[in-house]
Amino acid sequence: MVSTAPFETVYQRPESLTDFPTHYCPGCTHGIAHRLIAEVLDEMGLRENTIGVAPVGCAVFAYNYFDCDFVEAAHGRAPAMATGIKRVLPDRTVFTYQGDGDLASIGMAEIIHAAARGENITVIFINNAIYGMTGGQMAPTTLPGQKTTSSPNGRDVEQMGFPIRMAEILCTLDGAGYVVRRSLHDPKNIRLAKKAIRLAFEAQQRGLGFSLVELLSTCPTNWGMTPLESLHWVEQHMVPFYPLEDFKVSPTLAGLRVR
Amino acid sequence: MPRELLKGNVAMAEAAIRAGLQAYFGYPITPQTELLEWMAKRMPELGRTFLQAESEVAAINMVYGAACTGIRVMSSSSSPGVSLMMEGLSYIAGTEVPVVLIDVVRGGPGLGNIAPSQGDYNQIVHGGGHGDYHPIVLAPASVQEAIDLTVLAFDLAEKYRSIVIVMADGSIGQMMEPAELPPMHPLPKEYPDWAVRGAIGRDRRILSSIYIDPQDEEVVNFRLMERWNEIGENEVRYREYFLEDADIVIVGFGTAGRVALSAVRAAHSQGIRVGLLRPISLSPFPYAKIEDIANRAKTILVTEMNSGQMLDDVLRAVRGRIPVEFYGRMGGMMPFPDEITAEIQRLATQTPVPDGDPRKQWMERFGITLHGLKSNN
Repeated sequence: MVSTAPFETVYQRPESLTDFPTHYCPGCTHGIAHRLIAEVLDEMGLRENTIGVAPVGCAVFAYNYFDCDFVEAAHGRAPAMATGIKRVLPDRTVFTYQGDGDLASIGMAEIIHAAARGENITVIFINNAIYGMTGGQMAPTTLPGQKTTSSPNGRDVEQMGFPIRMAEILCTLDGAGYVVRRSLHDPKNIRLAKKAIRLAFEAQQRGLGFSLVELLSTCPTNWGMTPLESLHWVEQHMVPFYPLEDFKVSPTLAGLRVR
Repeated sequence: MPRELLKGNVAMAEAAIRAGLQAYFGYPITPQTELLEWMAKRMPELGRTFLQAESEVAAINMVYGAACTGIRVMSSSSSPGVSLMMEGLSYIAGTEVPVVLIDVVRGGPGLGNIAPSQGDYNQIVHGGGHGDYHPIVLAPASVQEAIDLTVLAFDLAEKYRSIVIVMADGSIGQMMEPAELPPMHPLPKEYPDWAVRGAIGRDRRILSSIYIDPQDEEVVNFRLMERWNEIGENEVRYREYFLEDADIVIVGFGTAGRVALSAVRAAHSQGIRVGLLRPISLSPFPYAKIEDIANRAKTILVTEMNSGQMLDDVLRAVRGRIPVEFYGRMGGMMPFPDEITAEIQRLATQTPVPDGDPRKQWMERFGITLHGLKSNN
């Protein structure tokens, strides 16, 4: 028997997300991160108030997917560009969306100093341990022994140096109000990631200074794995190296309950 | 406004503020630092944005972000710092947002020194950042002109959605002269229809320099070139002195042009038919004016505080019609008027070599002087 009760919408595209066809590879978690940000902007009623800053890397076209004002930065410079915008428009919500090459390699100075200044912006940091857009080269976050096209025999830390744990570095700076790491490898962690993104934007709303959510993410194409294998790889290899913790949470946020 | 005794760097800073500057981002570097320091004091007093960046790379990208909001924004630096800004300048050009930059040029290459130089001509006029774009470049020769050109820079930047660079050699930044500042310009209440300020009650806007489809990029390149042609037609600026009947014409910009003027005035009063062309807009360059000179004068002498970087543009305009000679000082050294006077007197009495290489001839002449100076030490 067919129910005649009206349909209830239980899932739909967030207003802050456009219906632009994705350019991301199958199984890549950029799409999940985008959706979480869009849901948070919707829930906080921030879409019209928000200016996003896109990076260079796979998310270079991030501006196509968010239905808010956007600018596109040079490689690594998104925090500087966001600083310029936020200083002129302090009542707007400004966020950057950056990958590991962008944020932890070429943009190291810009991210450190944005955090040190307590720049009241939100940074969503996608750590997938590889350069995606250029085709799978070693990133500053590539794990020891991990094979990439520029570390074909695996990352030899004696010769190529060690991976950088950005959240742990940034949380030491007095200007940071909220610095946490989450992962996108399963539904539970995705829910936790969304809460963290919400708190990061809440931190900005409250003027608590620099906020950053590092998201462990997949790159099945350049890791040479199926989407499912890559989710397992995050859990088995990345999470042990990059612990999912709250590194710094401003006391103002501590009691805040979010969905 | 009354005339005041003003230092060039401070005068340019205050002129920018009075022109409606709403945000300044910079990094300390000699001989430009007083400009940044003036901004640090004055901008917060006025409730406007001042921020000392962690580097020139960051400073220009902060400027880029602020420019996307449709306000008047600038940075200032000196040669090595401007080299670091080239990445950002290219992005700003590609995004077509108005930005003003003041370059107080010092001796180079490399760390060089902090003395006045014009060694950034090629970096500023002909290049720097990647891709096809041209900044408007204005070169003052006095503190008053530095003030006036700084104000003009903001108007031109907005009019053409272009980068405007005031290229002042270190002496313009450092010296004090009586000058008059403009009145305070009111800040705008409305912003351009491309400005990214939040999509409140309108469709979203995107500002970017990326055009991934080459066909789209070529359309943008064409638009930039069309705008550049328009700038070339409307914005060529120069000052001329005694050109009407001049046989010898000195071409020099900024301080080199000003020093040459002293020598030209003295020689002219002695009956030598010599004049001066002082380009103010180095970009767009006064090619047509120099072509006109090449059709009437007998010799051109280019004088610069570099190895002859503008010389190549003069040669391009003259196209071999008359001999062109060169006299330059480099490395932070400034020419004295008597050096230019000696060159004028030489040209007035000698027949110039028609097909000579002006740079090599200068090196030969000047090398003798330089070695002579050394042997006297």
